[in-house]
Amino acid sequence: MKTLPILAGLVISTSLAGAASAQTDLSLWYHGAGSANAEEALVNELVEEFNASQSDYVISIETFPQLAYNDAVGAAALAGELPDILDVDGPVMPNWAWAGYMQPLGIDESLLEGFLPGPIGSWNGEIYSVGLWDAAKAMTTRKSTLEKYGIRIPTLDTPWTGDEFNAALQTIAASGDFDYPLDLGMAWKGEWYPYAFSPLLQSFGGDIVDRTTYQTAEGVLNGDEAIAFGEWWQGLFEKGYAPGTSQDAADRETGLIEGKYAISWNGNWAAPAVVEAFGEDAIFLPAPDFGNRPVIGAASWQFGVSATSENPDGARAFIEFAMQDRWFTAFSDGTGLIPPTRSAAADTKFYAEGAPLEAFYGLSEGQALVRPVTPGYIVQAKVFEKALADIADGADVADTLDAAVDEINEDIENNRGYGHN
Amino acid sequence: MASKLTRSNRSGWLMAFPGVALMTLFIIVPFFLAFAFSLTNQRLASPNAAEYVGFENYSDLLGLAVFTLEPERDEDGAVLRDDDGEIDYPRLRNFTRNNPEYPGLQGKREWFSWQSGDNRTVVLASDVVFMKALVNTITFVFFVAPIQAGLALCLALLINQRLRGINVFRTVYFMPVVVSIVVVSLLWKFIYSPGDGLLNNVLGWLSFGAFNGIDWLGRTDTALPSIMAMSIWQGVGFHMVIWLAGLQNISPTLYEAGNIEGASKWQAFRYITWPGLRNTAVLILIVITMQAFALYAQIAVMTKGGPLDSTQVLVFQAVERGYGKQDISGGSAISVILFVLVLAISLVQRYLTREK
Repeated sequence: MKTLPILAGLVISTSLAGAASAQTDLSLWYHGAGSANAEEALVNELVEEFNASQSDYVISIETFPQLAYNDAVGAAALAGELPDILDVDGPVMPNWAWAGYMQPLGIDESLLEGFLPGPIGSWNGEIYSVGLWDAAKAMTTRKSTLEKYGIRIPTLDTPWTGDEFNAALQTIAASGDFDYPLDLGMAWKGEWYPYAFSPLLQSFGGDIVDRTTYQTAEGVLNGDEAIAFGEWWQGLFEKGYAPGTSQDAADRETGLIEGKYAISWNGNWAAPAVVEAFGEDAIFLPAPDFGNRPVIGAASWQFGVSATSENPDGARAFIEFAMQDRWFTAFSDGTGLIPPTRSAAADTKFYAEGAPLEAFYGLSEGQALVRPVTPGYIVQAKVFEKALADIADGADVADTLDAAVDEINEDIENNRGYGHN
Repeated sequence: MASKLTRSNRSGWLMAFPGVALMTLFIIVPFFLAFAFSLTNQRLASPNAAEYVGFENYSDLLGLAVFTLEPERDEDGAVLRDDDGEIDYPRLRNFTRNNPEYPGLQGKREWFSWQSGDNRTVVLASDVVFMKALVNTITFVFFVAPIQAGLALCLALLINQRLRGINVFRTVYFMPVVVSIVVVSLLWKFIYSPGDGLLNNVLGWLSFGAFNGIDWLGRTDTALPSIMAMSIWQGVGFHMVIWLAGLQNISPTLYEAGNIEGASKWQAFRYITWPGLRNTAVLILIVITMQAFALYAQIAVMTKGGPLDSTQVLVFQAVERGYGKQDISGGSAISVILFVLVLAISLVQRYLTREK
């Protein structure tokens, strides 16, 4: 029901724009229609304040459900009807830039000082998009659980080693107190797999694609490190440490709180519910270090300027207007997402010093690695997802990774290298 | 033929126009586009212009090779065995990856294999996922078409009676057809859910707890049969109605005559009902076959082709590649292959069920 007054506001603001002919109309597309938290309302508020703050531009916002958003942008691009300002998911951005949907952002780069690496979207040496927030993941569990089984509580400086982590899972599994010691979120198909699990592979020393050239996955996704990761990954399910690909989606949401799982590999967006359930007992731990370094994924939704925009200056003005600590703080408070700068974090209710999710800011700062920055990522993500699901279901590790490499390389070749400089 | 068309008047063409136009726009044109795309390397979104590549998309999908693996032997030529007594073979990837001695195997993967003496014969495919999708789709049609048609006929015979409240039964059987297949798939996903799922609970209760819960959609041997079962249940009502229409077209006088001559119930069915349903049967068989080949929503909602490709099917693969992986040409090639397959099977069915 909340949308009604907003819609009314929109109608009024757009009709006012028609009256004041000196102003330039700009359009903004946004992915979060019907989002459960305050994100959508905040974006509307941001647009209204921007419109009120100056007299050159009037932005009208159109929101889409997330599942239909990327399709809508693709269709609009084909029809030549892209909006001026695009909302884009971080790992998808290089594809859109390469496909000619977006133009380099061209904002004042001093505004990006002190930013976490995740919310800055750059490709081929140009910045194309910038985010007002980031997301992070952590091994979510209870202090009392770890203490009960005599497991060391890791810190950002000394995370669990791979052996330590495996031993912890073994100890918890042997106790028989939980259905599974570890919940990886296998029920969340799609982007969750590359977002959440490729960091584990990177921690072993492998990757989805060779980042020096982005022209091959050979030796990276099927090298010795990747095969070691695959064997470990398969073992998690063989030994019954984690529920597999047929995990019930409801268990993913509530399993940790209900005591079915001991440790959950989950995002900061799920953290408020855990804090609410366990209070001080809830802890958010860094990813284990499997040899290379501990890694978590980074980059969330960001704003950029479409290639066909006739008023890129207006679009830039809007994005620069949004890049203020007060907006970062407002979005973080409203959605539980991580603000992109430390100064903004200091004022938020979740990430300030001593606040319940403070650990996530450190995780984002210390461990975050963006997903492969290449237009081919959207294909590579799907190939990776299938490979991990198959290995979890018992497929031969080396053969599966070989097949994934072949498919990724073939796709890169079919796209003539995806235009990397 | 031509004379018939020219004899048709203008209002006839006018009335046909909306249907013909829509079918042309949404079925015939896309089909020719798919065929054209399948000969190029067209992408969904790309700054690169599409190029003509001939039948490369088809050879990438359909390429096959047979290879015999010889066991590892020690210096005396004796076959090496591992701790379980299984014969040790060299890994296939030694031959299929960057091995200049076997250019025909480059990039191919094992589809299936069998043992012959000490050797293992392996059939490799360029695209194992596509091959599995092809086999699964045909398996699905092979089981669903006869079972669904047979069940639908039984239901139609049951409800083709003058009983009080028979409409209630007709409605109940027809209900799943009216509900969106996506909703039905979601519901059945809960029914098949491992652990506390409805089906596991019911089976456990019926067997007084002796039944151990099965992860229906998570096992390679139960996933496809589970989807077949729910698909049959969902579609059976529709075909029941078509059978029913056929049944009600049979003149009651034939049954009266049969009665007078002392025909048993079975004889009445065998010599009156079944011949009377002949055209209906042909229609139903062809319709079910075509619908079954188009299997998509159940897979997309329930398994996404998993586990281990045991529920991969052609349409799902076409969408996954063409849209998900932006490879329009690859998806188009699968669509064209599917079209040829369905056309061939329909023609064979028409031939086998022709009027003799």
